[in-house]
Amino acid sequence: MNIINFTPVSAFTGGVIIGLAVVVFFLLNGRLVGISGIASNALTEKNNRFDNFLFLVGLIIGPILYTLFTSKQISVTISSSYTLLIIAGLLVGLGTRISGGCTSGHGISGIGRFSLRSIIATITFMIVGIITVFVKNLI
Amino acid sequence: MNKLVSLVSGIIFGIGLVISEMINPAKVLGFLDLFGYWDPSLAFVMIGALVVSSPMFHLIKNNKKPLFAEKFDYSNNKNINTKLIVGSALFGAGWGLGGLCPGPAISSIALFNVYSIAFVISMFIGFYIVKVLNFSATR
Repeated sequence: MNIINFTPVSAFTGGVIIGLAVVVFFLLNGRLVGISGIASNALTEKNNRFDNFLFLVGLIIGPILYTLFTSKQISVTISSSYTLLIIAGLLVGLGTRISGGCTSGHGISGIGRFSLRSIIATITFMIVGIITVFVKNLI
Repeated sequence: MNKLVSLVSGIIFGIGLVISEMINPAKVLGFLDLFGYWDPSLAFVMIGALVVSSPMFHLIKNNKKPLFAEKFDYSNNKNINTKLIVGSALFGAGWGLGGLCPGPAISSIALFNVYSIAFVISMFIGFYIVKVLNFSATR
């Protein structure tokens, strides 16, 4: 194992800001952030639909505001093909709804409440993600 | 008021994704490349988020109700079942293939990246399939 590109300070700072967003949403609106749930419910559920939609709009506005105020470029490097991304998107959509959460819902909101269910989900998707990358690198 | 909270929570979350660089799939794939060139940053993002959210969850839970809503509304599902494991595994595979999970994928729409937009559309199709087949573990 070689460690590269490690950015502990910006990672931790960004994490604290994400945690803050989760706390604000819970304290004021009484709901736990889970992006896959919010996104899926915005599509399929009438209940809270506008709230969910606004949260998603916020997710998109956030990076735009950041660029406006800091005039820094945001780098997004995607090296996968369209075919691979469409398969990946489908797997992420299916998997997160079948298991009831993603990196935010299980990984932050769930683990933050010490939910065993979410701890098991997070360990599972991380292990499978690591295996997937390992196999992908072999091919 | 809760509409504004939803929007602002989304914005804060999106800014956190930018600062932590989790909006960049290359950074996420670095974390999953444990046996190659490992970038531990994602773990620090989760720690940062949990340091803030976890103690606050436990404090806020004692409140009678959220500030701008009638009641707290979140799933207290404790079932550890096949859906949880299979769903998380499918999500992990998709995450490892593309390096995108729901939050960063939606946030990166801000950059008009056609690849991430293709991923997001595909992900929503996945959400919809689970809804139609009534396969979700949440309710």
